[in-house]
Amino acid sequence: MPEDKKRAVHRALVDRILTGEGRTSAQQRAQAFGNDGLSGPLNTLIGKVAARPTEVTEADFAAAKASGVSEDQLFELVVCAAVGQSARLYEAGLAALAEATAAGAAG
Amino acid sequence: MRLDILNSGYGRGTKLLFALIRLFSGHPVPDAAKLVFYRPDFYGARAKEFTHEAMRGPSDWSVGDRELMAAYVSTVNESAFCVGAHTATASRAYQDRPRVAAVLADLDSAPIEETLKVTLRMLAKLTRDGQLSADDMRDVLAAGVSPQQIEDALAVCAAFNTTGRLADAFGFEILSPEGFEAGAKYLLKRGYR
Repeated sequence: MPEDKKRAVHRALVDRILTGEGRTSAQQRAQAFGNDGLSGPLNTLIGKVAARPTEVTEADFAAAKASGVSEDQLFELVVCAAVGQSARLYEAGLAALAEATAAGAAG
Repeated sequence: MRLDILNSGYGRGTKLLFALIRLFSGHPVPDAAKLVFYRPDFYGARAKEFTHEAMRGPSDWSVGDRELMAAYVSTVNESAFCVGAHTATASRAYQDRPRVAAVLADLDSAPIEETLKVTLRMLAKLTRDGQLSADDMRDVLAAGVSPQQIEDALAVCAAFNTTGRLADAFGFEILSPEGFEAGAKYLLKRGYR
C-alpha cells in the first residue's frame, strides 16, 4: 500500500521538529522525542509528558527552568516528547497492521 | 498555561486576531488554538495540517466517528481538555449526545456498530499498552474494518495522543460547557487548519 497523505504529513511534522531550526540542539530534541538520554529535572518532565502527562506540575516546569532551560527550549522539548510518544504508537499500530495483512495475503 | 510565552509571547498581529476571535465568538481563544499560533513554524503549522488531514481528510469513517475516536483516546489518557472538546464535537457531528455518552461510559454495552466498537477497543489498547499484536489487528479486520480504515483510525490516535499530552503538560484551561460548544461548532465548520 503506498504511503497515504496522513503518514506523509505526519512525517513532515516529525522531520521539522527533529531536524529544523530550533533553540535546542538536534541532539536534545532527539532525546526528548525518544524519552531517552536526558538528565535531572528535564528528564523528570519529559518522562512525564511521554508516559503520564496528567502528572505534570508547575513544579516540574519550575525545576527545569531553574536548571537553566529557557521557556522556548521547554516548549520545543515538550512538543518533541509528545510527538515522539505518539509517533511510537502510530508506528506500532501500523507495524501490527502490516504484519496482519501480510500474513493474510500469504495465507 | 504553564509557560508564560504561551500566554503572552505572541506578535501584534496574532494578539489582534485573538482579540477579534474573543469579540466575535464571545469566548476567549482556547489554549489548544493559542498553542498552534506560538512559533507556528516549529510545531503549529504542520500539526494543524496533520490533525486536519486525520480528522477531515478523505476517509470511510465519518467526521462524527473520528471525533468520537478523539474523545475516546482522550478518555483513556484522562486528558480533560480533549475529552471535553471532542465529546462536544462528536455529539454535535452526530447530532446524538446519548450515543457519545454511552461509548465513553461503557464501550462494551454502547449501542454502536461493531466495526466502530472494535476499532475504538484497538485504539484504547494501543494508547494504554503502547503496543499491539498482529492478532489484535486480525480481530479488527475480521470484524469487517478495512486496512485503510485502520490506518485512518491510527492517524486520529496519533493526533490526539499528541494534543492530549500537550494539553496536560502545558495545562490547558478547561472551558465552560458553552466554551466547548462554541469550539465544537468552529471545528465542524472550519476543521483544524
